[in-house]
Amino acid sequence: MISKRIAAALAGATTVSLLLVACGDNGGGQSSTSGDSVKSLTILDYYNNDPDKSLVQKGLDSCASKLGITIQRETVPGDTLIQKVLQQASSKTLPDVLMLDNPDVQQIAATGALAPLNDMGLNSDGVIQGMVDATSYEGKLYGLAPVTNTIALFYNKDMLAEAGVQPPKTWDELKAAAKKLTKPGRYGIAFNANATYEGSWQFLPAMWTNGGDETDLTSPQVAEALQLWVDLVKSGSASKSVINWTQGDAKDQFAAGKAAMMVNGPWQIPALEKTPNVKWDVVTFPLNKPDQTPVAPLGGEAWTVPLNKDQAKQQKAADFVKCLNSDENELAWAKARFTLPTKTALLDQYAKEVPSMKAFAEQVKTARARTGKLGDKWPDAAKVIYQAIQLALTGKASPQDAFKQASGG
Amino acid sequence: MVTLTRTTVAGRAKSRGRRHRGETLTKVLFVLPAAVAMVALFGYPVVKNLLMSLQDYGLKTFFTGVAPWVGLQNYSTVVTDKLFSDAMVNTALFTIGSISFQFAIGLGLALFFHKKFPLSGLLRSLLLLPWLLPLIVSSATWRSILEQDSGILNRSLMGLHLINDPVPWLNSPSVALIAVIGVNIWIGIPFNVTLLYSGLAEIPDELYEAGQLDGATGWRAFFYITWPNLRSVASVVLMLGVVYTIKVLDIILGLTGGGPANATQTLATQSYEKSFIDFKFGQGAALSNILIALSFLFAIFYLRGTRRAVDE
Repeated sequence: MISKRIAAALAGATTVSLLLVACGDNGGGQSSTSGDSVKSLTILDYYNNDPDKSLVQKGLDSCASKLGITIQRETVPGDTLIQKVLQQASSKTLPDVLMLDNPDVQQIAATGALAPLNDMGLNSDGVIQGMVDATSYEGKLYGLAPVTNTIALFYNKDMLAEAGVQPPKTWDELKAAAKKLTKPGRYGIAFNANATYEGSWQFLPAMWTNGGDETDLTSPQVAEALQLWVDLVKSGSASKSVINWTQGDAKDQFAAGKAAMMVNGPWQIPALEKTPNVKWDVVTFPLNKPDQTPVAPLGGEAWTVPLNKDQAKQQKAADFVKCLNSDENELAWAKARFTLPTKTALLDQYAKEVPSMKAFAEQVKTARARTGKLGDKWPDAAKVIYQAIQLALTGKASPQDAFKQASGG
Repeated sequence: MVTLTRTTVAGRAKSRGRRHRGETLTKVLFVLPAAVAMVALFGYPVVKNLLMSLQDYGLKTFFTGVAPWVGLQNYSTVVTDKLFSDAMVNTALFTIGSISFQFAIGLGLALFFHKKFPLSGLLRSLLLLPWLLPLIVSSATWRSILEQDSGILNRSLMGLHLINDPVPWLNSPSVALIAVIGVNIWIGIPFNVTLLYSGLAEIPDELYEAGQLDGATGWRAFFYITWPNLRSVASVVLMLGVVYTIKVLDIILGLTGGGPANATQTLATQSYEKSFIDFKFGQGAALSNILIALSFLFAIFYLRGTRRAVDE
């Protein structure tokens, strides 16, 4: 009786596994003969909230129909993407097309998980240098980002007009303006100086514009930039809470009229449009000395192709990434999602069509990638930066000593 | 006739032996699911964590499967880290501060509710609310309550003219740890009240009646009757409290993320940071093993304490 049941179960299992083998053979056999047999691609990204989620879906769908394939897309929250990628890497179930935040590309490429795109007919011609730096590792291209973003200075038009203040162009003007705009219940400026990579990212416009560099964080230029943050908080022009605020918190303060200016990125524009009574505009980040040029960090996500045993599928995935980076899709995504195309040739045309993005378009041309100089060692530097900011803003160290202390000296 | 009897006896003995073996097999089969679950859910992670702490287990390991053996290097790295001693002190302050206040307030409330009064049942169940909330929700709520400029706590204190300047609850390295401990006390009170209350309910009323005849009332009743009878429950509450508190992560991450300027870093937050932000899983595992060892120490105290209570 029992043995009969076992036999039945075994028979069932064998049938299933035979079927699976048959399917596997089928797919593998065909794909090795011609690339056109690839019928579908799996995709992983972190645009898990609308409107981004559905706007990205549109671009993905149009590329899928161009290539004649179907896509299976999975989205996860931004802060869990890398953990998800690690899980998938250890179980060998990485997707065919993988989106990564641009500063992570080199780190993941360094593990040998990604396929170099140069070998599959892709190149980075015409793409702004900062983004090429971010998505290359040891001379090879591992990802392409259709759109990018950066941060600049948002200001509340009504509040500045009421106080008779012009949008600041220098740090002195910024400090004076912030002070003048501060009154009970309102701060002159909001930014994010929290103890995360986001806090470091917000500090980079000041640090880089002033000629500071992540390869030497103990330089006077870097300390001067930190002094700006300290001055803004110490004078009461910025809340002491900036050490706990995220960029979203800074936006909330600005949208609620509790801050007259903020350092933030264009991805906040859709949210700001929900409070139409707050009239705002954007200028590039102020300069310490008039002869400097504003240098801001490049944001945005790159699309990569994880190594795949199935060559045809890998090629198809590369073609898909190429399609996502077509001029047409770059402009479509940039316009719909308040981001910027990564090709220099498209930037000017874009700034004309979308005036609210003008300051960002200017800022992007000179912007740098966080991983441009240090590569996969960037996270260590970023950690020192945010810890130094915390030490200086809480008064535990002077801006001059903060970086030395934070780097363990 | 004789032979027949013999064979039946032999057969009976045989069948008894078989039944005996069957019984042992059944016993083993009953234990098996639990044993498998223990090994899979408890044994494997602990062993894996131990191994991981002796390896250079980084981002690359997930892709290549290669994790070079480094011996005790991870331990020496984390112990000599400039934050380690701070994290140890913070962990101790956090645990001692949380436990002592949770227990004291919990005991006070348990004694209060032990006196039956109208609506005491309802109030006691309302007291459980902090326990029922997801920790992430609690910490997000407290984060907005404790906000320096517009948080309701500072606003109320200012409105009552108890303070002149807003207190930087989460913004000052010298206050943040106190604020975080305060929130953790709030979360831990229901646990203490519930267990201590049931401990009080176990104490027979006759003891108090007899005590009353001998003049033991009020404080004396507490010291001579309540406390000795509550001691075994109290030791369980304290030990479990220590083991729960020493590893608290979500509340600190939600409130301060270990900041400002690392003022609220504990062993648990450091371990999390090493593993999931720096992706140095070997070092993260080393830190969490130190944490496990500390908890284990208290668990041994607890087990010895309860054994003595049983012996008594």
